[in-house]
Amino acid sequence: MSKDMNLTLKVWRQKDQASNGKMETYQAKKVSPDMSFLEMLDVVNEDLIQKGQDPIAFDSDCREGICGTCSMVVNGVPHGPQRGTTVCQLHMRHFKDGDTIAIEPWRARPFPVLKDLITNRSALDRIIQAGGYISVSTGNAPAANALPISKKASDEAMDAAACIGCGACVAACKNASAMLFVSAKVGHLGLLPQGQPERDKRVWKMISQMDKEGFGNCTNTYACESVCPKRVSASFIARLNRDYAVAVAKGECDR
Amino acid sequence: MKLDAKIPSGPLETKWSHYKEHCKLVNPANKRKFSVIVVGTGLAGASAAASLGELGYNVTCFCYQDSARRAHSIAAQGGINAAKNYPSDGDSVYRLFYDTIKGGDFRAREANVYRLAEVSNCIIDQCVAQGVPFAREYGGLLTNRSFGGAQVSRTFYARGQTGQQLLLGAYQALSRQVAAGKVKIFSRTEMLDLVVVKGEAKGIVVRDMVTGKISSYAADAVVLATGGYGNTFFLSTNARGCNCMAAWRSYKRGAGFANPCYTQIHPTCIPVSGDHQSKLTLMSESLRNDGRVWVPKNKGDKRPPAQIPEEDRDYYLETRYPSFGNLAPRDVTSRAAKLVCDAGRGVGPTGLGVYLDFSEAIGRLGRKAIEERYGNLFEMYERITGEDAYEAPMRIFPAVHYTMGGLWVDYNLMSTIPGLFVLGEANFSDHGANRLGASALMQGLSDGYFVLPYTIANYFGSSKKFVPSTDSEEFKEAEKTASDRIKKLLSINGSRTPTSFHRELGKLLWDNCGMARSEESLKTALKKIAVIRDEFWKNLKVVGAENELNQTLELANRISDYMEFAELLCKDALERRESCGGHFRVEYQTEDNEAKRDDENFAHVAVWEYTGEGKEPVRNVEPLKYEVVTMSQRSYK
Ligand SMILES: Cc1cc2nc3c(=O)[nH]c(=O)nc-3n(C[C@H](O)[C@H](O)[C@H](O)COP(=O)(O)OP(=O)(O)OC[C@H]3O[C@@H](n4cnc5c(N)ncnc54)[C@H](O)[C@@H]3O)c2cc1C
Ligand code: SF4
Ligand code: FES
Repeated sequence: MSKDMNLTLKVWRQKDQASNGKMETYQAKKVSPDMSFLEMLDVVNEDLIQKGQDPIAFDSDCREGICGTCSMVVNGVPHGPQRGTTVCQLHMRHFKDGDTIAIEPWRARPFPVLKDLITNRSALDRIIQAGGYISVSTGNAPAANALPISKKASDEAMDAAACIGCGACVAACKNASAMLFVSAKVGHLGLLPQGQPERDKRVWKMISQMDKEGFGNCTNTYACESVCPKRVSASFIARLNRDYAVAVAKGECDR
Repeated sequence: MKLDAKIPSGPLETKWSHYKEHCKLVNPANKRKFSVIVVGTGLAGASAAASLGELGYNVTCFCYQDSARRAHSIAAQGGINAAKNYPSDGDSVYRLFYDTIKGGDFRAREANVYRLAEVSNCIIDQCVAQGVPFAREYGGLLTNRSFGGAQVSRTFYARGQTGQQLLLGAYQALSRQVAAGKVKIFSRTEMLDLVVVKGEAKGIVVRDMVTGKISSYAADAVVLATGGYGNTFFLSTNARGCNCMAAWRSYKRGAGFANPCYTQIHPTCIPVSGDHQSKLTLMSESLRNDGRVWVPKNKGDKRPPAQIPEEDRDYYLETRYPSFGNLAPRDVTSRAAKLVCDAGRGVGPTGLGVYLDFSEAIGRLGRKAIEERYGNLFEMYERITGEDAYEAPMRIFPAVHYTMGGLWVDYNLMSTIPGLFVLGEANFSDHGANRLGASALMQGLSDGYFVLPYTIANYFGSSKKFVPSTDSEEFKEAEKTASDRIKKLLSINGSRTPTSFHRELGKLLWDNCGMARSEESLKTALKKIAVIRDEFWKNLKVVGAENELNQTLELANRISDYMEFAELLCKDALERRESCGGHFRVEYQTEDNEAKRDDENFAHVAVWEYTGEGKEPVRNVEPLKYEVVTMSQRSYK
């Protein structure tokens, strides 16, 4: 078993949305390689509380990489260095004794910082509200097997549906574009027969809302794909662009 | 406390349809005059809020996460049951009903469970229509897998992310109602208290978790879908934020709390690695479809697993339970693991672990097939432990996972407080003393999509409509109680962190009221809980202020409830002098260490009634009558 480590943390501290923030330095001592990154922060926080200081505020819930709550930039990379991994699933065995680690919140205009590492990501909810669903009220559904769906389409839809709505793609993008997030939902529903009736309307409404929220344009740098903890493929963005073009051509914008 | 389960008369198979045909209705134009508060946006809350919105009610919905989509249901991995019988392996509504009653060790209500089995098929239809990408065969039809406690394949799944996909379906339906103006969602908002006016639940007190502001909401009815209380044990598979505040504070306002001692310990979780541990991670039960559980035959055999030859391995589930084998139900499997570890045959650095081995399945089906079925779980295992489960067996150990107990509800899902409905894991209704795998998702969605929309209309149709002002005395009193508690937590200024207390309480519960309980251990626990609670209120340290985003304060407030609730949990465990399902009293076991029920004295629901601060709660009972099923000693051999 490998030995405990001592680390230096440089952490973004910001009292609230209205205040300015700055980086502060903390020592994390006796860090076990079996700890998760957030458990390492828990230990630092316990120590801060003991000393009567404000602990570092950060979001987390499931700590299993599925709820999309955790959100921090570790050494410049959203969710940290391990590919396909949320920061709650990142473990300290990926660091070395003596390392200095910089920890910052998501940085994107549509995600204002609420405190320290916590941001407001409700813009993503509003994009889904704009059209990220299939309109079927409870009790109106046909029998599940009435409509066979090819395994391929269903699997591909699942690849897109795996998005956890964390916003890392936005945080990684120099334009703060939410295209990967939007493309994941548009791709998921658009690949299924149930999603066809609203396909044009959906893509049009979701993109319009995305623009309204102040997310930037996609300039194909693929930073989003490389930080996405669910490995949602940027090919869904290409699909989104095609769907959008069709919707515009069909005059969806005028309806 | 009057406990009337309000079970409709008539044969079991027609109770629910008869209810639906005869219950009171609210006409479409009148629905918009009724307002409903839904606390919780997990499967139960989101499905309820969306369905009520679609029907035309005005819904206000709350969750503590930053988005409704992140409720704890998102983490469910393995799947959801339904009686579709697509594999034609003999499944039926009756069989799903029977398996659930038997799995719950004959401690659940027949009528509720039958209804659950009955609507299970509509859930699958609804979810498919919403675009939930369930796993399919090459022919395009839906496929199933098996879960514990059943001899048929009835579990629908979406890779290892079934809860996520079901919740996103419900969240999207909810989002559609937000867009339609029928539902308002308040995220990062925590319910601190229930407000009861003239004996009816008419509102809640909440805290805005960003600004710290405390305020109230009033409505015609309140629906709690706030999840389970597994985190009382500190270490569990639940999300970090899961807590029992809403249920506990409603209990203190008069709602009966049923069977708090029924807690489920899940057999397949990643073992604890050290003191820093903040939660435990489940490895889905579905893994037991292909993984074989074993430990060395000989005590102290420290050889690496690959070097232990077949004849020195004990596949104890297969030998003890030949007909269910590795798919024995959870309570039985967890206890079997405890037995072998207690005998010194556990594996891993702590000796608290058993192997879950896929080598036979990989040999038979190929690595690719296993990757396809469980790839994300293997990946998660590797991230956490640094070990590759394709090469060496996983190490697993039981952990607190689910709570069958919860607020008591009648057939309408209404608590003992009129107007307070409780759905999902927060209620006690369908799983008796042990829940079968893949049945919680089914229950949450059944409650929310298919039951509450009828029963709430029945309530509105049969009671006098009134919504009090939030300026009324009852609201002001509740706001003051909630805010005084927060001020008190901040003012103690002692020397111990909230987490240190929670960890201490959790360990005490795990050791004394976990997989095995005894009169002695429970009495010890009860004594020590009082001591810990006392110190909590004298020596707690919470930093920061009231009117800001303050996570230490949130935590302390939740832990203050565990300090009280843990006592009720142990009391209930002490009073239930039998073993059943997840409640195992060492004094009551068969010769081969299986749970021994006492149907004569304990075939009932225990419903606890709050009688005031510092006073003994009263234990009421709802007798369980089995009209269709014959109670028998459970056997999975
Ligand atoms: C790791 C894991 C895997 C599982 N896998 C399966 C599976 O494969 N199949 C299966 O059937 N079951 C599974 N379960 C069980 C199942 O996931 C849960 O029982 C179920 O999802 C609970 O749903 P719920 O809607 O009742 O509550 P939850 O999903 O827990 O939602 C609770 C909601 O209440 C809100 N809330 C709570 N308290 C407050 C408050 N005071 N104020 C405001 N809001 C509040 C929360 O914000 C949240 O929105 C699993 C459980 C775990 C832990
Ligand atoms: S696409 Fe990936 S990075 Fe973006 S929100 Fe979804 S999961 Fe997160
Ligand atoms: S805390 Fe849920 S994904 Fe990290």
